[in-house]
Amino acid sequence: MARIGVLALQGDVSEHVQALERAAAGKAQVVGVRKPGQIEECQALVLPGGESTTICRQLQSSGLTEELKAAALSGKPILATCAGLVLISQEVEGDNKVRPLGLMDIKISRNAFGPQRESFEADLQVKGLNRPYRAVFIRAPAICEVGREVEVLARVGEAVVAARQKNLLALAFHPELTEDARIHQIFLKMLEA
Amino acid sequence: MELENLRFGTELLKRGFAKMQKGGVIMDVTTPEQAVIAEEAGAVAVMALHAVPADIRKMGGVARMADPAIIEAIIEAVTIPVMAKARIGHFVEAQILEALGVDMVDESEVLTPADEFHIEKAKFTIPFVCGARNLGEACRRIKEGAAMIRTKGEAGTGDVSQAVLHMRMILGQIRSLKGMDDLQLLKVAREIEADLDLVKECARMQRLPVVNFAAGGVATPADAALMMQLGADGVFVGSGIFKSESPAAMAVAIVEAVHHYDDASFLANISKGLGAAMKGLDAATIPEAEALQNRGW
Repeated sequence: MARIGVLALQGDVSEHVQALERAAAGKAQVVGVRKPGQIEECQALVLPGGESTTICRQLQSSGLTEELKAAALSGKPILATCAGLVLISQEVEGDNKVRPLGLMDIKISRNAFGPQRESFEADLQVKGLNRPYRAVFIRAPAICEVGREVEVLARVGEAVVAARQKNLLALAFHPELTEDARIHQIFLKMLEA
Repeated sequence: MELENLRFGTELLKRGFAKMQKGGVIMDVTTPEQAVIAEEAGAVAVMALHAVPADIRKMGGVARMADPAIIEAIIEAVTIPVMAKARIGHFVEAQILEALGVDMVDESEVLTPADEFHIEKAKFTIPFVCGARNLGEACRRIKEGAAMIRTKGEAGTGDVSQAVLHMRMILGQIRSLKGMDDLQLLKVAREIEADLDLVKECARMQRLPVVNFAAGGVATPADAALMMQLGADGVFVGSGIFKSESPAAMAVAIVEAVHHYDDASFLANISKGLGAAMKGLDAATIPEAEALQNRGW
């Protein structure tokens, strides 16, 4: 059975574990990963929502950065939401507080929509889904530039909020906070491929 | 994508914001410089105050919301979320904090209460965190719209005993609901003056339906790890950092302790050579009338 690891350094880890377990319906094992050696044992990874400056710092001090990069380069599917999207980006616009891993060819902007009072829910048109998807944006980042290899999956206004580059699926919103499992299904399909 | 189809300030957004703080440390700060130290240490958020609880306790008098100029300067200085405290029941202080762009309001017993009623938190766009000593208090605050609960502990003492007491109380009460039938749950709900649906939800989930942090008296990495092992989702540190001998080192160590709370040899390493923790005050020596935890009901 496939094992999916949710990076458990900080953030809404248990929500991701539960959402993926529901979506996988017994076809995959979902575990938190926070120690060296655990990433290698997983066939897919989730970088959850949380505070990107904190997760970035903990990633370095836990010595997991290289393992995570190796997993991405070896083609393992990675679902990166919100803070996770910040982490896998190539470049963070106008902000030196997070050192991104440079795994995906995107330039992002942190807190692109403003403080918490501007956080929102929206019915998104997501490429590949036939009905709108209710997405939850919390102090969300946005993708402001995408490279040639990157496929844009959804936008809010001009801002790109979902994108895919080969094995990397990056979202500015939180599919783990709603019941709709369609995004997690897309991710599970990437694992089958 | 039509921008007018966006919905703001929903319960999901408020509770979701709190969930993003899980596994993290939220630090009290009184200046932009302290806020930067907190951010660099890996804090998930900062709490903007005019004085840390230990000083509020010393100064006496009426404790109010911080100067908006300080809060604005702190918002400017960091990219992590900024929270700020309003007095219990003082909904206008909360309105002002929302207008300033604060990410979350702490309706806090550390400040002097302004009303016998707590703020109607569901009416706000931004989320609130509230203190609680037991399950009844926690449920009443959640019913009013709190998106996050923290133990009250005894703020400004550096004595973790009261946070331990409150965390054990809340989690123990939830455990005791397991296996009860509807009539028994109704009886408990009446006894603790809590909403029945919330009590049922706690019984089913075997936890609070919102994020539950520890607060009040956390002063060392060991204190923070203790609260995590007891079942806290994360930790607030008030006076414990900037009243210690080396705030930057203490801040980093407490963040690390929350991440590695179950690894004793790691905790031993990061606890070395941090200098003196805050001096502190034995919570048992505080006269009943001066205990901050008894504010709010």
